Amino acid sequence: MQRSSIVFWLGAAIFLVAMLLMTQFIRNEYPFFAGYVILQYVVLSVAWTILGGYAGYVNFGTNAFFGVGVYTAVLLAQAFSAPLSIQILVAAVMGALLGLGVGLLTLRMRGIFFSIATIAVAIVIETAVTNWRYVGGAAGIQLQRPPVTEPFDSYVKMLFFVQAVLVVVAIVVARFIQNSRMGRGLHALRDDELAAECTGVPTLRLKLMACVISGALMSAGGAPAAMYLQFANPDSAFNLNYSVSVLAMSLIGGTANWIGPVLGAVLLASTQQFLTVTISSEVNVLVLGVMLVLFVVAAPKGIVGLVSRFAGKGKHA
Amino acid sequence: MTGSAPEAPLLRIDTLTKTFGGFVALDHINVEIRKGERFGLIGPNGSGKTTLVNCISGALRPNKGAVTFAGENITPLPANQRSHRGIARSFQIPRPFRSMTVLENLMVALDFATHGHLFETASHRRDAAMSILTRIGLAPKAQSATTSLTQVELRKMELARAMATGPKLLISDEAMAGLSTSEVDEVLDLLLSLGGEDIAIIMIEHIMQAVMRFSERVMCLDAGKVIAIGPPSEVMANPRVQEAYLGT
Repeated sequence: MQRSSIVFWLGAAIFLVAMLLMTQFIRNEYPFFAGYVILQYVVLSVAWTILGGYAGYVNFGTNAFFGVGVYTAVLLAQAFSAPLSIQILVAAVMGALLGLGVGLLTLRMRGIFFSIATIAVAIVIETAVTNWRYVGGAAGIQLQRPPVTEPFDSYVKMLFFVQAVLVVVAIVVARFIQNSRMGRGLHALRDDELAAECTGVPTLRLKLMACVISGALMSAGGAPAAMYLQFANPDSAFNLNYSVSVLAMSLIGGTANWIGPVLGAVLLASTQQFLTVTISSEVNVLVLGVMLVLFVVAAPKGIVGLVSRFAGKGKHA
Repeated sequence: MTGSAPEAPLLRIDTLTKTFGGFVALDHINVEIRKGERFGLIGPNGSGKTTLVNCISGALRPNKGAVTFAGENITPLPANQRSHRGIARSFQIPRPFRSMTVLENLMVALDFATHGHLFETASHRRDAAMSILTRIGLAPKAQSATTSLTQVELRKMELARAMATGPKLLISDEAMAGLSTSEVDEVLDLLLSLGGEDIAIIMIEHIMQAVMRFSERVMCLDAGKVIAIGPPSEVMANPRVQEAYLGT
C-alpha cells in the first residue's frame, strides 16, 4: 500500500472513532443535531462531485435524489417498519435506479440542457409523491422513531454516527473513482467529449456509471433524514435548496478532487448552521449566494485550487 | 492472405452519403484503403473532407452507405469502439485534454485501449506512453501541461495520443495547418515514420508539396463528390482538380 493510502485509511478510522466517542461522551444533543446536517451535506456534495465535478455534468436534480432517499425510507418505515440500515440500503438502490433512468434519458444532452433536464426530473418525481396518499401526499407524514440501538443513548446521536459512516463510504468511493481508469476517463470527457470518444473512452457508459454511483450515494445520504426530522413532506424533501447548496459547496470547495466538496460542505454547512441559529434561516441562503459569486469570480477552482496555487506550483492535488 | 483473391482492403467506404438538412456534404462516396497505405485527401474548403473523417471515426453517422473496417461493418458503432478496433485520428483544431499533462493525455488512450492487456499495470502503461513520446520527440514535455505547448507540439501530442490507441488506421486532419515551413517538414517526417506495414494513414492537407511527398494515392473531393483519385501527380494534373482549387 502506498503511503498516501495508509494516511487516508488511518484518517478515516480516526474520524469514525472520534465521531463514535463524541456520541458517547457529549451529553448535549444539539451538536449532533447540527453536526448531522453538516455530515449530510458532505455526503451529498462528495456524491454530486462524482458526476458534476469529475465528469463536468452539472446535476441540478440533487433534490430529486435526496427526496427519493427520504421517501424510500418513509415508505419502508410505513409499510414494513424496516430498520434504518435497510432504509438506507434500499434508498441507495432506488437512487442508483433513478440515476440510471435519468442518465439514459438525459446524458446525451450537454451543458445547460442536461442541467435543465435534471430539474425537470425532480419536478416530475415531486409531483408524483405529492399525489401519493400512502406516503402522506402534499400534507406530509409523521414518523415514529423506533427504539434506539445500543451503544447510543439517543436517536439523533445514532443518526449522526450513521451519517458519519456514510461520509466515509462516499469519500472512499469518490477517491477510488478518482484514482481509477474511470476517473481518468471522466476527466478526459469533461475536458473534451469528442476527443475522449475518439481516444477510446466509452463516454456514455462512464457517464452512466457516474450518474448511478452519484445517485445511489445521494439517496443513501437522504434516507436518514426521514427519521431525523420524524416528518417528511414533498416541499422540504424535494426542496431546490438542496440542489443549490450542494452545487455551491462543491464549486466552492473545488470539484477536481474529493477533498474539495468535503471542505466546501464543512465550511458552508457550518456557516449555515451558525447563521440559522444566530440570525435567521433566510440569511444563510443569501450568504450562500454571495460566497458562490465570490468564489466563481475570484477562485474558479475552489478552495483546493487556491491552496494548490499558494502551495507553490502544485499542478495536481 | 490467400494467393488467389486480392487482399481485402483495410477500410472500405460504400456509397457513403451525409446530409445536413438540405445540404449534401458527402454524396455517394466510394473508396478503399489498403493496409499500410499512405493516402492523401484533398479538396477545397467545405468539400466534405472533415465530414468524411467524422463518418469514418464515428463522430458523425452517415445517412446512407456503409463503412467497413478490417472486414467488419462498423457503421453502427460509436467512436470509442471504432478506436478500439484501430481507427485513430487527430483534429483539425487540436483538442487536447486541457486539465492534464501530455503524459496523462496519452494515458487516457492506453487506459482504455483494448490492447491494454499488454500493459496490465499503470507503470507498464506509463512506460508505453513514454516510449511513444520519445518516438514523437515530445519526451521532454511529458510532464508539461497541455496549455503550455506550442502549436506544433500540440499537433505532435495529438498524433502521439492517436498512436497510443494502437491504430491500424491513423487519420491526420490538417495536422500541418498554421505551421511554419520547417515545422511542416518536421510533422511530415513524423507521419512518414509512423506509417508503414501496419499503419495506414489518411492525411488531409492543403499544403500540396506535403501531399505530393507523402501520398501513394490522392483523392480529391469537391462539393461532397470524388472528382479524382489516383497517384498524386495524375490527380494534380487533372483539370477538374485544378478547376476546383483555382476556381476557374
